[in-house]
Amino acid sequence: MDLAFNAEERAFQQEVRDFIAQNLTPEVKRATALTPSVFSDPDIGMTWQRTLHEKGWGAPGWPVEYGGPSWTPAQRWIFETESARAGVPNVNVMGVKMVGPVIIGFGSPEQKNFYLPRILSGEDYWCQGYSEPGSGSDLASLKTRAVRDGDDYVINGSKIWTTHAHHANRMFALVRTNDTPRQQDGISFILIDMKTRGITIRPILTIGGDHEVNQVFFDDVRVPVSNRVGEEGKGWTYGKYLLEFERGAGIASAKLREGLRAVSELADSELTGRAIEDPDIAMRISEVEVDIDALEMTELRVLSALQTGQNPGAVSSLLKLRMSEIRQAVTRLGADVIGHDALAVEPMRPLYRLNHEPAIPEEMLTVVPEYLNGRAYTIFGGTSEVQRDIIAKMMLGI
Amino acid sequence: MDLSFSDEQRLLRESAERFIAESYNAEHRRRTANDPLGFSAAIWKQFADLGWLALPIPESYGGVGGGAVEIGLLMEAFGRGLVSEPYLSTVVIGAALIEKCGSEQQKQAILPKIGDGSLFVVFAHSERAARFDLATVTTIASKTAEGWRLSGNKIAVIDGHVASQIIVSAHIHHHDGASGRLGLFMVPAITPSLAISDFPRLGGGRACNLELSDVHLPADALLGDGHDALPAIEWVVDRAMAALGSEAVGIMQTLLETTVEYTKIRHQFGRPLAANQVIRHRLADMAMQCDEARSMALRAALMLDAEPVERGRAASAAKAKIGKCARFVGEQSIQLHGGMGVTEELEIGAYFKRLVAFDTLFGGSAYHYRRHAALGRAAVPS
Repeated sequence: MDLAFNAEERAFQQEVRDFIAQNLTPEVKRATALTPSVFSDPDIGMTWQRTLHEKGWGAPGWPVEYGGPSWTPAQRWIFETESARAGVPNVNVMGVKMVGPVIIGFGSPEQKNFYLPRILSGEDYWCQGYSEPGSGSDLASLKTRAVRDGDDYVINGSKIWTTHAHHANRMFALVRTNDTPRQQDGISFILIDMKTRGITIRPILTIGGDHEVNQVFFDDVRVPVSNRVGEEGKGWTYGKYLLEFERGAGIASAKLREGLRAVSELADSELTGRAIEDPDIAMRISEVEVDIDALEMTELRVLSALQTGQNPGAVSSLLKLRMSEIRQAVTRLGADVIGHDALAVEPMRPLYRLNHEPAIPEEMLTVVPEYLNGRAYTIFGGTSEVQRDIIAKMMLGI
Repeated sequence: MDLSFSDEQRLLRESAERFIAESYNAEHRRRTANDPLGFSAAIWKQFADLGWLALPIPESYGGVGGGAVEIGLLMEAFGRGLVSEPYLSTVVIGAALIEKCGSEQQKQAILPKIGDGSLFVVFAHSERAARFDLATVTTIASKTAEGWRLSGNKIAVIDGHVASQIIVSAHIHHHDGASGRLGLFMVPAITPSLAISDFPRLGGGRACNLELSDVHLPADALLGDGHDALPAIEWVVDRAMAALGSEAVGIMQTLLETTVEYTKIRHQFGRPLAANQVIRHRLADMAMQCDEARSMALRAALMLDAEPVERGRAASAAKAKIGKCARFVGEQSIQLHGGMGVTEELEIGAYFKRLVAFDTLFGGSAYHYRRHAALGRAAVPS
């Protein structure tokens, strides 16, 4: 057992560093730093996806036969950590980390051949159709209906909180194909072309000032039956499998650490009147740093135990819960550290393309929006209350 | 980078868990709690036979040469059984200080005896005025014609009642004033002018206070060559905190499992306690904090050989975080057991008391978050 990297791992770390240094432009790095929302806009994120794909690093968690790089757990760790440290943008998480593993696990050969290369190359941009206006935490009660008509399903209903639906050309969705005594048994997992007639998108603005999520309406939308993944009525199983990847397959600690580093730098600067001299602020920084240390070790323990492409299971709820709470602690601390400058509101987006001089220094522009957007972390992907239910049931057997 | 256990480590964990499960139970713990020794000499002998006392001692001194991860595995099992044998004081701290600071002759004389179970050596450092600051020592050692003369008071000396040798820290004074150096002195427990008053320790075992009033020692009582001992003291306390963190994890895990079981069988309002979401969520938080504590104890163990600032930050991080988690898990275990939780009829309270003792030893959470912050700032040149 050893926390330190061996010679091969150090060489790989250098390779990743060199690759990022050669390929990440200052413009994209600045745009990423000035993105307060959860996801990067596709114009910066997908450029990076294409760059990674050319190197063969487009989908770190996928098995090698589908284009994954066949990295060891340590290599995956190094890649994620170096990426966070260097400030690279988010790629299309919904494609690479969510629908990708489901297609790999349950899709037909035709679906694999068609969709997986397009995710890798960045040709497709995916959004996730799970939540509905009446079905949030109680996802299994979803009502968007897909009725069989010849070789098509005809879909009617509405999805909500759909991140980047306004950018995406594809959606994976859970739809009701049957009314069964147990709600979960009537759900199917379906892939939808967002250009299909009958789909309309309504933007939803969130409290941080960003347009990231939407409501999507389906009005007699015809989708070929061949776009269903796996069996009819098994969508809940596939959907849960995906949620476990969404919650736990990522490596969150490296990004949290970068977030805290940015807050600490602000606290240690004249911009905030050296907030770190306040012993309470210094101690709170340490408390959050230690929480990140604990999460990082848990992530490393899970990573060491898992093979590439394997589903993390119930521990993903634990990781998601801590990740979301720590994210909120980091952003809350940030808002406290900048003091009076937390009063300034910058309504224009994107923050990296303002056509005027902002009221506060650029380093502070994202602080309050990140704090406000950060409230969503304990809600999306299953609220903290749902995660605690899962931990109690799956890990404690109660 | 690899966080999987080796076969040897797995074997050690299994044999420790088995031994603890077979040898410790409520009845045994009640008996030793009322015993003036505070633990079982027969079990100490078995520890020696199993090779656990020699575990961290280098092979050249008759030891096994094990590392901090192995110590952590043992300590976690000890936590599950609420073991009160003086393992931390003698093996984790005592032997390590001798190995770190002792002369070759001292190491040859002492370490094999610790390993075979025939010698108890404990460390007396804490003083009332110092609180948790390791550098503050008012006990004074003055050079005399024959050797040394020590005066001062030590408190919270763990297992001091059983030791035949006590390592006492003191400021070394010359005739013209303080040297600014700390020295470590081997003081035989039976020495004129040394008063030992021992008392039962919160959570099991015993501790004592020392009063040294002009204790005369031979010249070779000084451990090693008289270099400032503060770095070695910080080093050994970081080791002790990592080991104690693992013990706390074992205690917390036992409390969690016991409490989960209780909420399944205890019925109120016509259903098990665990049917209530408020109870299930509390237990989920307890499970999460147990897991965080486990991660931090392992992290501290793996970083004990790092350079001092990094090592100290990892040890303080673990002590602070595990202390916070331990209080939560301990207090909630009592809460969820209801009235029974505050009685001596169940052992929940005994486990809780050991966690409170853990949080207090070497400084609580607030102290260690501050140390973590201070070391972090010292590490960044401004």
